[in-house]
Amino acid sequence: MATQEEFEPVIGLEVHAQLSTNSKIFCGCKASYGEPPNSLTCPVCLGLPGALPVLNKQAVEFAMRMVLAVGGTIQKRSAFARKNYFYPDLPKGYQISQYDRPLGEGGEIRYRLQDGEERVCRLIRIHIEEDAGKSLHPEHGENFTRVDFNRCGTPLLEIVSGAEMQSPEEAYNYLISLKQILQYLDICSGDMEKGQLRCDANVSVRPVGQKEFSTRTEVKNMNSFKGVQRALRFEIDRQVKLLKSGEEVQQATLLWDEKRQAAQVMRSKEESHDYRYFPEPDLVNLVISDDWIERTRQCLPEMPVARATRFVNQYGIREYDAEVLTDSKSLADYFEEVMAHFDDGQVAANWIQTELLGFLRESGQDINECPFKPQQLADLLARVTSGELSGKIAKSVFADMARTGQDAAVIIRERGLTQISDESMLLAIVEKVLSANQKNVEQYRAGKTGLLNSFIGQVMKATDGQANPHLVSQLLKRKLEE
Amino acid sequence: MPLSKEQVKHVARLARLKLSLKETEEYTRELTTILNYIDQLKSVNTEEVPAWNQSATMENVFREDEIRLSLPREKVLGNAANRDDEYFHVPRVIGR
Repeated sequence: MATQEEFEPVIGLEVHAQLSTNSKIFCGCKASYGEPPNSLTCPVCLGLPGALPVLNKQAVEFAMRMVLAVGGTIQKRSAFARKNYFYPDLPKGYQISQYDRPLGEGGEIRYRLQDGEERVCRLIRIHIEEDAGKSLHPEHGENFTRVDFNRCGTPLLEIVSGAEMQSPEEAYNYLISLKQILQYLDICSGDMEKGQLRCDANVSVRPVGQKEFSTRTEVKNMNSFKGVQRALRFEIDRQVKLLKSGEEVQQATLLWDEKRQAAQVMRSKEESHDYRYFPEPDLVNLVISDDWIERTRQCLPEMPVARATRFVNQYGIREYDAEVLTDSKSLADYFEEVMAHFDDGQVAANWIQTELLGFLRESGQDINECPFKPQQLADLLARVTSGELSGKIAKSVFADMARTGQDAAVIIRERGLTQISDESMLLAIVEKVLSANQKNVEQYRAGKTGLLNSFIGQVMKATDGQANPHLVSQLLKRKLEE
Repeated sequence: MPLSKEQVKHVARLARLKLSLKETEEYTRELTTILNYIDQLKSVNTEEVPAWNQSATMENVFREDEIRLSLPREKVLGNAANRDDEYFHVPRVIGR
């Protein structure tokens, strides 16, 4: 890290996001993962002679959403190109992509660093292309590779950032923010572990103060956000070490190995690809009218920052809570559905952040896999604010609800948990507690009113926490001040 | 425009083709003939013609995002030289 004083890294990211269309980008095969190998192919995505690709309109609209959401410019006329390279997972021998006429140009991603500072990274371009198939590397002792073409032709969005980021941490936060935008737009699920989001990084380091970029390398094969951060840290350190010992950085592509926590050179400059791009003759140009752009703009959902601001105003919750709740679209949706059946925003926000998120973290589940519905949580919370359940009992009902997915009403009935709000019943317990603590009662009456809480605690204990604490406090005060 | 043997070797390598010395010479000659033919086209005056990447006059041909049946796997794998019940087999890919 001491090296930071003399050298500064320059990072640019290329992100591939799988668009969540139903079908592939140029044919009607289902775009789906985890299906039996080679069960989702046709002459088009297999590249059989004579087959012709036809562009999926939804993929274009998804891409337009992204370009607009990041403030980029949609090119009125864009075109497809063939990127030629030979690899077994690419049956046509070329990938249909966009080259000199991408769909989108410019735009920016805003993100926050750990200390809260906001940064902006400009984007160079956003284009659509098709994915390749999948190679399964040989098992021990085998001398062949298996290929599954199901993924061939599924739509990808490539988002290319400028070389503007200066630390692995920045790259990490850029990716988090990018993923959040994709999820809000509902165009990509954004799970890097599942390959729905992939990231290649271009890295170079230069002496502080130098304007020109130094020789860069490309690092690939990271499969988590933290992995990107670690791979970048590794590569920056490697380059700095080389430069410090008077050696040069060679232009190369490196593969990150998560297990070994190291990156290895995959190909050097001499072996670098020569893609021989040319216009795709099988696809006509894509012309996007102002009207189409406007219609797409109208359909853009509310983005995270705007939504958080609205949460503060509409539901009266704290700014920090609003940020946590809008972190993912599904969580924000969940909160709003709770609020459709409940009226205390801050109570809902607290419960969701502590109980619900705590439960999900522990069980390793996603909010979408939550075993109970927002209405069920709203119902439980209403029972807390009405005084029917004490906070403590509500938490234990919550635990059961999370485990079984049952309604609070059912759990309360089965466990006999209703809060005791029967005055005569509580009065009897209050009197019992007071007569057992004569000394404290005298002290209270002599002015030590802080003892009230210990009386409340004893009544709660005597009722297994089921007494209505508010009523208990009233009754105690009445008795003590008699 | 004469094509060099090095260029032919380079293109062959990109396509993973192994060419014998004789084949390299043959292709160099043949491809040069093709390129010369293309060069003739360059003599046409195109000053008044805007640059264009498409010969078709159509634009915006789309399909709706609807799923269609894919081919049965047995058909897909039917012509493969090397395969098992689920996958195509190709020579071992090192790295990546």
